[in-house]
Amino acid sequence: MALLARVPWGPLVLAAAFCVPAVGSRFYTFLANDIVIWALFATSLNLLVGVTGLVSFGHAAYFGIGAYTTGLLMKKLGLPFLLAFPAAGVLAGALALVFGFFCVRLTRIYFAMLTLAFAQIVWAICFKWNEVTGGEQGMPEIPYPSFDWVAALPLVGGWRTAEYFYFLTLLMVALCLWLLRRIVGSPFGRMLTTIRENAERAEFIGVNVRRYELAAFVLAGAFAGLAGGLFGIFNRGVFPDFAYWTKSSEVLIMTLLGGMGTFYGPAIGALVLIVLNQQITSYTEYWPFVLGVILVVLLFVFPGGLAGAAQAAARRLGGVRRA
Amino acid sequence: MPDPSFVFAQSLSGLTAAMFLFLIASGLSLIFGVLRVLNFAHGTFYMLGAYSCFQFVQWLGVGGGRFWVAALAAAATVALLGGLVERLLFRHLYGKEELYQLLFTYALVLILSDGAKMIWGTQQKSVSRPPGLTGASSLFGATIPHYNLLILLLGPAIALAFWFVLQRTRVGRFIRAAALDRETLGALGVNVDALYTWVFVIASFLGGLGGALISPMRATVPGMDTEVIVEAFVVVVIGGLGSFWGTFLGAVIYGQVLSFGILFFPRFSIFAVFALMAGVLIIRPWGLLGRPLK
Repeated sequence: MALLARVPWGPLVLAAAFCVPAVGSRFYTFLANDIVIWALFATSLNLLVGVTGLVSFGHAAYFGIGAYTTGLLMKKLGLPFLLAFPAAGVLAGALALVFGFFCVRLTRIYFAMLTLAFAQIVWAICFKWNEVTGGEQGMPEIPYPSFDWVAALPLVGGWRTAEYFYFLTLLMVALCLWLLRRIVGSPFGRMLTTIRENAERAEFIGVNVRRYELAAFVLAGAFAGLAGGLFGIFNRGVFPDFAYWTKSSEVLIMTLLGGMGTFYGPAIGALVLIVLNQQITSYTEYWPFVLGVILVVLLFVFPGGLAGAAQAAARRLGGVRRA
Repeated sequence: MPDPSFVFAQSLSGLTAAMFLFLIASGLSLIFGVLRVLNFAHGTFYMLGAYSCFQFVQWLGVGGGRFWVAALAAAATVALLGGLVERLLFRHLYGKEELYQLLFTYALVLILSDGAKMIWGTQQKSVSRPPGLTGASSLFGATIPHYNLLILLLGPAIALAFWFVLQRTRVGRFIRAAALDRETLGALGVNVDALYTWVFVIASFLGGLGGALISPMRATVPGMDTEVIVEAFVVVVIGGLGSFWGTFLGAVIYGQVLSFGILFFPRFSIFAVFALMAGVLIIRPWGLLGRPLK
């Protein structure tokens, strides 16, 4: 077991992900791109739910804001990706600061409800503000970033635009995940876990619990915004249902499926759920039904998610070996 | 200043919407009040009420009061389903984290609404109005369909009946006690487990009845469940989760804000409703007439 833990999993997975367009078909690249973006979205949510213990039911709001920001800046203003992409994180983070200011004042179920209420406000604005967001019809034809100069370079030329975008997504998500990992492992991240375990005690030792929770809320919102910015380009369009409440529950399911107790659990949840979706929808159109059943099984049998189940299995194996 | 008869018609249509919202939201509020769970599947029970009503009308027809039999049968079917779900599944999640309970109710939304799609397909279903209520009357210059007028009378009647059950019957007293302190109630020898099943049955009945009664007014389509649950959610948050009259007040406010918002800010009326809800949550998280949780 110790040997397995010493393997540098992060770089290995990243390297493997870079090989997907070379070995797989165009479809696999598409699937991998989808997974990578959702992995970032789910991991950003886990910073709230798993690390800080705040159950947000409106995380899609920040995803949607990010998608609209990048989409609008690139399509209507023609800004380059390198400006439009960070803007998604900045704007989503700013909105998370405003909403979060009110949300962290409430506890538990009221917190979940207020996050949901704010997310529905965002959705309603996206849905109705035709002049800017395109309203119900959304905003199709978001351009890809320009890769002409990359294609002209030696060695890396010769890929299709979608594949260049996939490489770009991988780099950006890897960077974001690395940052998130650093945040979770930092003294700040440890304090968030302390707050999850016992907010009262954290208060007693002089921690400003609300301020920490707000900081976590803003960070989670900003990273969700970045994921949204990438997703809008990947999806070739931005639509109001990006911010609808069912999207918030989808990403919660991913987080739960992978396991909230671990850093990479939600990313694994995104991978499993998207692959399952792709497999099952080729057999039946009733994917939501299957997803519901999976969710029920998960809640009743594996409340720790896949990561929790794997850890339990590893512990049992280890125990057997020692005996 | 808009024409007064138009204002009157608008406010009546808001009130009709409020009566349905009250039916649905009161079930949501009841479950929250007693079990402290936000039941996302409540909207799906409402949709199933509409579909079952369509089905019973298919079998029975609408004439000679048979529409009302169909509506009650639909509500009873949904109530049975609610009771079964509580008994077989939901009860194992009591005492677990809220996130698990919330996600379980979302799993129900996925399973039941897809189940409805398997049975009734994706085409919209409509139920014709019961004979005798197909016409419309002119009131102060506004044309109001008879069926809507009946709903305007029926809504408060059902509200009063529900209030009577809560205030005056044994089960109702236990339900109110369970909302305050379930441990003590259990210690006094009341079967709290059975009580929880009853709460689910009553709440699902109200949701199903709402769906059944709306089926002659609006087409029944997939997706109406996730839409209505958000509306019902807004209503209970504004009025106060777990508060009976709060839910009534919330429903009336919602209906009026929506139907007058359309007059003044045609595109942002839905925004006004959510903003109102966020405002209430910020100032009084427990709602206008609710009580803060311990």
